[in-house]
Amino acid sequence: MSTPSPPGAAAQDDARNPEALVEVDHVVFGYEGSPRIILDDVSMDFGRGKVTAILGGSGSGKTTLLRLIGGVHALGSGSIRFDGELVDRSDPERLFALRRRLGMLFQFGALFTDLSVFENVAFPIREHTELPEDLVHDLVLMKLNAVGLRGARSLAPSELSGGMARRVALARAIALDPMLVMYDEPFAGLDPISLGVVGQLIRKLNDALGITSVVVTHDIYESLKIVDYIYFVAEGRIVAQGTPEDVRASTDPFVRQFVDGEPDGPVPFHYPAKALSREFARAI
Amino acid sequence: MNRSTIDLWVGIFVVIGIAAIGFLSLKVGNLTSVSSAPGYHLEASFDNIGGLKMRAPIKAAGVVVGRVERIDLDPQTYQARVSMRIDRGYQFTRDTIASILTSGLLGEVYIGLDVGGDTQMLADGGKIAKTQSAMVLEKLIGQFLFDKAASGPPAPMSGNAAPGAAKPAAAASVAGGATK
Amino acid sequence: MRSEVVTWALRRIGERTLNSVERMGFAARFSLAVLAHSPAALRRLQLTLREIYFAGVLSLVIILVSGLFVGMVLALQGYDALTRYGANESLGILVALSLVRELGPVVAGLLFASRAGSAITAEIGLMKTTEQLSAMEMMAVDPLARVVAPRFFGGVVSMPLLAALFSTLGIFGAYLVGVRLIGIDAGAFWGNMQAAVDFRYDIVNGIVKSVVFGIAVSLIAVFEGYNARPTAEGVSSATTRTVVASSLSILALDFVLTVFMFRGIGV
Repeated sequence: MSTPSPPGAAAQDDARNPEALVEVDHVVFGYEGSPRIILDDVSMDFGRGKVTAILGGSGSGKTTLLRLIGGVHALGSGSIRFDGELVDRSDPERLFALRRRLGMLFQFGALFTDLSVFENVAFPIREHTELPEDLVHDLVLMKLNAVGLRGARSLAPSELSGGMARRVALARAIALDPMLVMYDEPFAGLDPISLGVVGQLIRKLNDALGITSVVVTHDIYESLKIVDYIYFVAEGRIVAQGTPEDVRASTDPFVRQFVDGEPDGPVPFHYPAKALSREFARAI
Repeated sequence: MNRSTIDLWVGIFVVIGIAAIGFLSLKVGNLTSVSSAPGYHLEASFDNIGGLKMRAPIKAAGVVVGRVERIDLDPQTYQARVSMRIDRGYQFTRDTIASILTSGLLGEVYIGLDVGGDTQMLADGGKIAKTQSAMVLEKLIGQFLFDKAASGPPAPMSGNAAPGAAKPAAAASVAGGATK
Repeated sequence: MRSEVVTWALRRIGERTLNSVERMGFAARFSLAVLAHSPAALRRLQLTLREIYFAGVLSLVIILVSGLFVGMVLALQGYDALTRYGANESLGILVALSLVRELGPVVAGLLFASRAGSAITAEIGLMKTTEQLSAMEMMAVDPLARVVAPRFFGGVVSMPLLAALFSTLGIFGAYLVGVRLIGIDAGAFWGNMQAAVDFRYDIVNGIVKSVVFGIAVSLIAVFEGYNARPTAEGVSSATTRTVVASSLSILALDFVLTVFMFRGIGV
């Protein structure tokens, strides 16, 4: 299943791929002070203008990948390029410029609890531009309108439901019209209606604004509906990748276990333990 | 909680905080008396200063006119040299007597100035010629016992005058006087 | 085997010591970073004002009430002790010096640490747990400049004001008890006090103490919050650590400062 290449990707070992906005190249990463390797020789391309999903179980390193693209941690080895430029933590100015061109939707929203909905969305605009207040006002309302929450502008984050908070965070993520928007578990814990709303927003905004989207999730159902390409990650490695059609038709045991929701398969049901017979054996 | 309310409360807080500092400085402390009157210096030597400390008050007729600035021992005469800062408004005669007194029985030790009748005044840097040392309790008791034992005229102790009465006598210690 | 236990113990001690030293080095770097962001905090005056409100204004009630009661108790106990020496007119001096030199900065500092310090730690820790700090970082806004530094300066500015208010209310409480209740002469009360309390020596030193305490408490509070483990227990243990470490620092610094400032005592 992994033979069809991601849309617009050249051969895997090419240093630059103009059709990919973000290129992750043989990245190895583990947190400082911990021997555990989170990402083990991971290579991915995220095509421009496409919605790419990263699927995997909890703790497989998906969220870490997003943080590495944002330059939050230094890489163990390998490289990440954003729009052709290396993501380099040692150059704060370049990092600053890079971060202005990306938006991130954190799990559960991560709205600033001491600011109202309006001020949350206005935050990046006020921090990074010198626009006059009435222009900021109009921009914020437009972004809120895009996610359907223009009327909620004066509410405090604590007064929002999960789905609404997620949508406000989305409006905040696109406030500066970024080139890349990263979504960290946007579907986690939502009711079916909100699920549908968020999924549709991700797709529509991606196409309407011409941005590139990366969605980290374990919701296979929603992903199949809206994305252009899928990477499957388990234990820090890419185990499978393809378009939604490839995934549906795939015979790869991991993909099948994931898609069908089988309790046991390549990802085992039992946590490693000694054999059952030995557990309950008693000396007679 | 909007901006203007916060600003208002912060303003109130800062104002009453500074007012508290001001109250403490002026009403509780002695800020006014420290910063106001400029002063001049006088010196005096004593055989024994007793419990006189730095910043002890200098009083004339019970009114505070200055503070003790420095206390050290004269290496030649082995007397205590006291440097005093006197407020500029007050002038003292050349024959002023400086005595070391205690306010009350257990009170603080201070220098009392008794003005004489001389026509000339002491200027900045002047030295008070006539001084009265502190009453040291042990010497007093020793003197008393010695008097009792000898039952004769008391042998005068070198250089030291030890009056038993509350009013200080005009015994002066040997000291040069700077005439200006 | 005995030797195994000994080596194990030595290794644990070594580990702990190295960890503490590392942590102190980290804390020092963090403190320098916070101070380096001070111009940024001053430019965002509105943020700092907001933090002065939350740290200072909201501590007013506990500070004023405590100050009043401390002053009143001081007057009661002080009067009892001073009457034995016939020195009850020195009550004003006793109360004023105790408050301005020691009790004002120290007790106000301890109260500030428990109320405002723990709140600051909890707030920053919670922001870390809900990924608000990461979100800020990803939006290319330095959380040190926007979240940490204003809270630090809010604390540093509030502390001396609170200590002064504590001392003032204490003296007022002592006045109520001493003059109004017990019947000491008001003139003697204030007059003796004013003669004995020196601006430079007592009041300025008291203010210096409260500024030092403010810096210590605020630094500890923001440090613990920023480095809390992003879980519920992480935040709660960070809050506890703030209160304990701040209190111990205040008392230790008080000793050191008192030795240097009030060397004239008894001389």
